[in-house]
This record gives sequence, C-alpha cells and structure tokens, in this order.
Amino acid sequence: MSKTKDVLVEPIFGQNPIALQILGICSALAVTSSLKTTLVMCIGLTVVTAFSSFCISLIRNHIPSSIRIIVQMTIIASLVILVDQLLQAFAYGISKDLSVFVGLIITNCIVMGRAEAFAMSNPPLPSFLDGIGNGLGYSVVLLFVGTIRELLGSGSLFGAQILPMIENGGWYQGNGLLLLPPSAFFLIAIFIWLLRTVKKDQIEAPEFTLAPQNKYLDH
Amino acid sequence: MSANNSTRQTLFIAAILCLVCSIVVSSAAVILKPQQVANKLLDRNKNILSAAGLFDEDKHSDADVASLFAQFEPVFLDLREGKLLSIDEAKGLNLDANTFDQKAASKVPELSRKLSSEEDTALIGRQAKYALIYLLKEEGELKRMVLPVHGYGLWGTLYGFMAVENDANTIAGLAFYSHKETPGLGAKVDLPKWKALWPGKKIYEIKDDQLNVRIKLTKGQANPDNSYEVDGLSGATLTSVGVSNLVQFWMGDLGYKPFMASFTKQNVGGQ
Repeated sequence: MSKTKDVLVEPIFGQNPIALQILGICSALAVTSSLKTTLVMCIGLTVVTAFSSFCISLIRNHIPSSIRIIVQMTIIASLVILVDQLLQAFAYGISKDLSVFVGLIITNCIVMGRAEAFAMSNPPLPSFLDGIGNGLGYSVVLLFVGTIRELLGSGSLFGAQILPMIENGGWYQGNGLLLLPPSAFFLIAIFIWLLRTVKKDQIEAPEFTLAPQNKYLDH
Repeated sequence: MSANNSTRQTLFIAAILCLVCSIVVSSAAVILKPQQVANKLLDRNKNILSAAGLFDEDKHSDADVASLFAQFEPVFLDLREGKLLSIDEAKGLNLDANTFDQKAASKVPELSRKLSSEEDTALIGRQAKYALIYLLKEEGELKRMVLPVHGYGLWGTLYGFMAVENDANTIAGLAFYSHKETPGLGAKVDLPKWKALWPGKKIYEIKDDQLNVRIKLTKGQANPDNSYEVDGLSGATLTSVGVSNLVQFWMGDLGYKPFMASFTKQNVGGQ
C-alpha cells in the first residue's frame, strides 16, 4: 500500500519531473502567463501521461523492442489528439488560447520519459498512478509559476482582477517581463531553490571544486 | 522476448496498433465535429456582435447570440465593383452566407487574387474578391454595417471585424477574433479599454467628393481633438503598425472604399 502511495506522491516533491529531472520546461514557459490556460494544460498533461502509461503498460510484454519508441509515440499522439478534439468541442475558448500547445504535449519529455522509464517495466495500475503523480508534480510547478506570472504580470488570478491596473484606472503597473515566456525560467529556478532548501538530499554534488584563490598571495 | 522481436511480430503489433489508434482518433474527430463547428460559428457570430457593439459580456450569454445575430442581414459584397450582390447573383457564384468562410475564401484561386507587393500593405498575400458583410437594419433603415478585416501583426495574421455607422465614415467598433500577438503587449488589442477608443473615430476625410483614408494609430497618446487618430499600444509598436496598416488597407481602394464611396454619394443624393 505504501508503495502505491509512493508512486503517486513521490513525483510531486521528492522526484518532481520539472524541478529535479528538469523535463517538460518548454510548455512550462509557454502556457503559464494565465492561470486558466495553465490549469487546463496541467489537466491535459496529467490525463495523457496517466492513460498513455496505462495503455503502454498493458501491452508492454508484446511490444517488440525495435519499435517500442514508435509504439509509445503513436499511443501518446492518439491520446493527445483525443484531448485536443475534446477541448475544441467542450472548451472552445480555452482551446483557442492553448492553440498549438495541446498538440505539443506529444513532445513533452515527461510523457515519453514515464512511458519508457516506468510503464515499460511495471503493471498497468502502478503505471497509471505514476502517470497521475508525475502529472501532479508538473502541475504543482506550473501553477506556482502561473500564479506569480498572472498576479504580478496582469494583476489578476483566473481572469478576475485582484490588483487594479493603471490602464484601467487603478494603481498597479503590470510587470511586462512576467508576461513573456523567459520569466518562467527565473520562477522555475526559484521553485527549485526553495525545494532544495527544504529537501537537502536533492542538492547535487558539485561537479568540480574551485582551487583556492589565494594560492599565490601566500608566497 | 526473442519471440517479440521477430519480423512477423513486429509487423503484426505495428499493424494492430495503427488500426486501433486510427479508429480511436477518427471516431473522436467524426463524433465531435458538429459540436466543434457549432463552437466556431458561435465564436465568430459573437465577435461580429461585439464589433457592432451589440454584445455585452456582462449582460448577454452565449444563449443570446443566436437571437441577437438574427438582427443582421448578411450580404456579399463585390470588393472590386463596390457593389452588393443580390441573392441570385450570390447563388450563381455558389456563395452561401451560412457556410462562407472569409479566412478560407482568400486561399481559393477562383474566389481570390494575388496582391502585388506594392498593393499588399496589410501583408495578406491573397485577397478574396468577395466579402461577406453584415448589415444591421432598424425598421428597414440601415443602421450599421460590419466588415471583415485582416492583416499581419507581429507574429501572425489578425482577423477581425470593423463596424461602421450608416454614414459610411464613422467607426462603431473594431474587434479581433483571432490573433497571435504577445500576451500583455500586442494582445492588448483585446482590452475593452483600447477597443473603446475606436467608436466615433472617422475613417475618411471627404474633400471634393474624394475619400482620403486618414484613420491611423499613433505612437503613444493620440490627439483627442483629432478624430482620425487612435492611441497606439504601448510596448507593441509592430502590432500597432500592423493594425494601422490593415485598417488602412481594408478601408482603401482595394478594400471597402469603392463601396463606401458609392454609399456616401447615395446618402448625399438622398438628403
């Protein structure tokens, strides 16, 4: 039981796909300028990761290893198209905002990474939970980034105005940098910093150490 | 594992997988198609209404779109001639207001023509020969018309509608329904506060029966006394230039000007 729980919870902070494995950064930059699109993207990715891991795990014993990546991609791509079609039918406004990024879930390294690393060697149910867990890990980071970007960038949360903007007669001058994708780099870095301050075991050993700088001064 | 790697097994798995996935994807596409088409139509109609100033996000919901939209009379306009097509003429050209797609029409060879680089100030490549415009009538009298416009901004083409009062000169509104401008900068074309700057502005300066396109976006604050200037978007110079160009293009000789000119003359004659 505790193993099942680990599979689900561990990717949220312990093995976070973005913060520790540094996967799936591209969409984290692109869709986080407003929380609504962020949330839909998170749900989309979680659903795709969970079901693709589940399906791949179901047939894992029959997949020829020579074409396994293609098989995984085909399943993932089909699921992504399904999500895209559903969004266009039932959440048209949001699908317009997300535009190409739903399609780009296909290339999100997290989905493929979990399929290859976990689903290929584990039974369907744990694979499904692993997919949900990794989706949640991705969502935590995206929602953190999205909240800061939307609140300080356009003064709103989920489209509801919190800080009155100067353009509309208020006092808040929006931070333009936060509306542009590169700002997510800083925010993700801050997230990683906070996470590693709490969870010290995630700090990587330095790859090299600097030589003492006062070597010559001593002489 | 070795049985899995035989050529037969590989081909078999690949074939089964392709079959299953293609059935799933194509059935989803077919089943959801009507809903998606309805969404697109609703979205477009809502944008036409909001350009005409008839749709208020706070007051109206999606359910009202159909009844509000029924006030419009869709008509085809021959851009070159500046003349409205009668229902029979439109039928003869196979144009149907319910299915006509302005975006697609500019790509169909029979319905469009290529613009030379001097002509193409809005950077649209090809221009449709016919435009589907919407007339808003009140008790038989024309009140407003809604004209489709598009042109290149910073990252992609902006598609929208411009509503013009019945004097064929005063702007009643401008709204874009599809664009790829930078969120927070160029995407401010969607801000209600910026859109509110448009109503009341004049498109043409009328001198000796000639219409000169004067409307433009200025850098920074526009002179409030100048009815031909609208504030540019700060931090989005290229989007502002794009919007300025597209409005000037569509209101110019290759756009609606021939139609507008016949209109203003008729109007003057009638008074």
